[in-house]
Amino acid sequence: MNFRTFAVFVGPSVFMMLLFIAFPLVSVFKQSFYVTQPIYETVEKETCTPGFLTQTCVTEQVSQPKLDEHGEIITQTHYVGLQSYRNVLEPERAWRAISDGSWHVLSTINFWKALRFTLTFTLITLPLVVGCGLGIAILINNAARSIRGPVIFVSLLPFIITPVIGVLSINWLFRGDGILTAMMEWWLNRDIALFAQAWTIEVLMMIYRVWHVAPFAAIIFYAGLQTVNQDSLESAVIDGATRWQRLKYIVIPHLMPLIIFVSMIHLMDSYRVFEEIVGFSSQGYVISLQWLTFDYLTPDQAGNRSISRASANSMLTMIGVVVLLILPLRRTWRDHKGSH
Amino acid sequence: MSSRALRQPLSLRLTSNIFLAFWCLIAAFPIFWIVVMSFKSPVDAFDSNALNVIFGPATLSVGKGLSLLDIILGIAVIWGTILAATRTLPSMVRSYTKPGQEWFGWLIGVLALLVGFLLVFFVVLPAILNQLNPLFGPPGRDVLGLTTEHYKTVWIDRGFSNNFKNSLIVTTGVVTVSLTVGTLAGYGLARSGSTLAFWILIVALVFRALPHSVLVAGYLPVFINSAEWLSPILGENAPTLYGKPFAVIAVLVAINQPFTIWMLRSFFQNIPSELDEAARVDGCSHFQAFRRVIMPVMWPGVITTGLFSFLLAYNDFLVTALLLDAQNQTMVPAIVGMFNRETTTTDQVVAVAAAVSITAPLIFLVLIFQRQIVSGLTAGAVKG
Repeated sequence: MNFRTFAVFVGPSVFMMLLFIAFPLVSVFKQSFYVTQPIYETVEKETCTPGFLTQTCVTEQVSQPKLDEHGEIITQTHYVGLQSYRNVLEPERAWRAISDGSWHVLSTINFWKALRFTLTFTLITLPLVVGCGLGIAILINNAARSIRGPVIFVSLLPFIITPVIGVLSINWLFRGDGILTAMMEWWLNRDIALFAQAWTIEVLMMIYRVWHVAPFAAIIFYAGLQTVNQDSLESAVIDGATRWQRLKYIVIPHLMPLIIFVSMIHLMDSYRVFEEIVGFSSQGYVISLQWLTFDYLTPDQAGNRSISRASANSMLTMIGVVVLLILPLRRTWRDHKGSH
Repeated sequence: MSSRALRQPLSLRLTSNIFLAFWCLIAAFPIFWIVVMSFKSPVDAFDSNALNVIFGPATLSVGKGLSLLDIILGIAVIWGTILAATRTLPSMVRSYTKPGQEWFGWLIGVLALLVGFLLVFFVVLPAILNQLNPLFGPPGRDVLGLTTEHYKTVWIDRGFSNNFKNSLIVTTGVVTVSLTVGTLAGYGLARSGSTLAFWILIVALVFRALPHSVLVAGYLPVFINSAEWLSPILGENAPTLYGKPFAVIAVLVAINQPFTIWMLRSFFQNIPSELDEAARVDGCSHFQAFRRVIMPVMWPGVITTGLFSFLLAYNDFLVTALLLDAQNQTMVPAIVGMFNRETTTTDQVVAVAAAVSITAPLIFLVLIFQRQIVSGLTAGAVKG
């Protein structure tokens, strides 16, 4: 295929990605250095309240946003350099907290709190998802052929269900006197409030995420298990290998590329953990990096969005993703060079 | 497990099947439970006793319930629908449609099945059962508390159908645009081994990893001020893109595009390139070969990718919540709004009913397209 045909085929997609992904990225980068604020003016305002005999009048200085001739607020954009980053990171406070060794103070700064949660969430769920996925795949593979279809159907449900709704459905099971909380209270014979402290919420979030992603991993590993070489398995049995040894020395090495694929996808997806926080309404206790950007972008009571701060925060989030992806990408690059 | 050497002892098979049953229970339970809750009066739905939630004594006491006869006939209709969806529908589509136009047959078939099911289940069946129940004595008496009033509240009183319409616009737009652009790119990338193609794929991979909020942060100011910068082109009545479902389509297509081209590329790679080479020898241009020869064999891949695009657009919360205003939301943010705003248990159950109604189409989707979903996941994995 010559270059011109290639360009005709791929052009529209590349154009869309440039226009709708690359361009917004550049504009986010730019926005993070600028702040748009309404111009305020200070006016003297006299308020009078009716009193006995004479009115009581108070004169005070009020600062209010300037309006243009259409009655809209005039805004002004100016360059602030790294100020937004500083507002998000709060480096002095963070540094003091680190040098004092006080995690508690550090976790009062939203960004570090979110970063801490996002990373623990990603790193703890990763092995769980791979492990559970592998387990379920082996179980499905062991089952009789006739029940595989229904089992795969049921397994796909957690994966396909709208994430926010999935979280809400777990939430309804556990919130207050929800059915599973009631069961645990009856079993342990003590009062349990799962949404009253941060760590139980985090555990629930991780349980939800594993429930949601393990089927995806399982289906992929299941497909991989179909291609395991039966002859080498059989000769391993003849050589006296136990089940565990067969799994460790034949099956898992065979599945390794798939395990890496699943880990990579899971890394990307769990790094942008967000729905869990909305569904469990846990923002008082636990927040994630993506939720923080969402929060900055949501209008506050006065209707203002802190776009500059959101941009700074999303640039920092993006740096995190790129760091996480460097290793897998280098591997892909080596594979590509090896194949040509 | 054809070989004798690999045969498993009975105990191992038994344990493995028990664990599998346990996993199925875990996978299905939360979904099953919210379905049960959505049909109960609030007192029953949030009862801490599981049996009360299932049988719903409070719902029964206000005279809403099902008799044994209702349950048996209801299950029969559902079972019949499942059979029709998995057996009759595929064979009918295969025998009545021209090859290459199966998607149209599927569309008509699925719609007909859905409409038929809703009609029989919610109109014909209740009418018949109203006549039958008094005739049967004990089996005709209500045993299971059940009410559909929350669904009525959601869809009729709360105007949820407006949110449904917005979801429909967004998903249709996303699927159509993603697939049109994506198939071209997927084909181009699959047939070209150049370094440029490789780099496009790598950049797409990095774009896939981006948190969606990053993109939204870039869009929001542009969308809010769009009337200003669009007015030189469109004149006075340039639209503000913020709050328009059509504008959200662009964002979601962009988010979806990296995934789409990766997936379609791996599907195209499965089609031998001798096929289009033969077409080229016969005098087709690249584009004609693509349209006449490749597309007809590509439909399964396109349908699968379409399913995943549908899921992305249908399930999205972050983008739609930020870029649409409160009057114009799609279904997912609307439900979250209901859940967070209202605190009485009645309103909570209404939110549950809304959640179940948007989950139902997804379950149907898995039921009908299970094979395609599995093959889509594995195609991405094996080649990716």
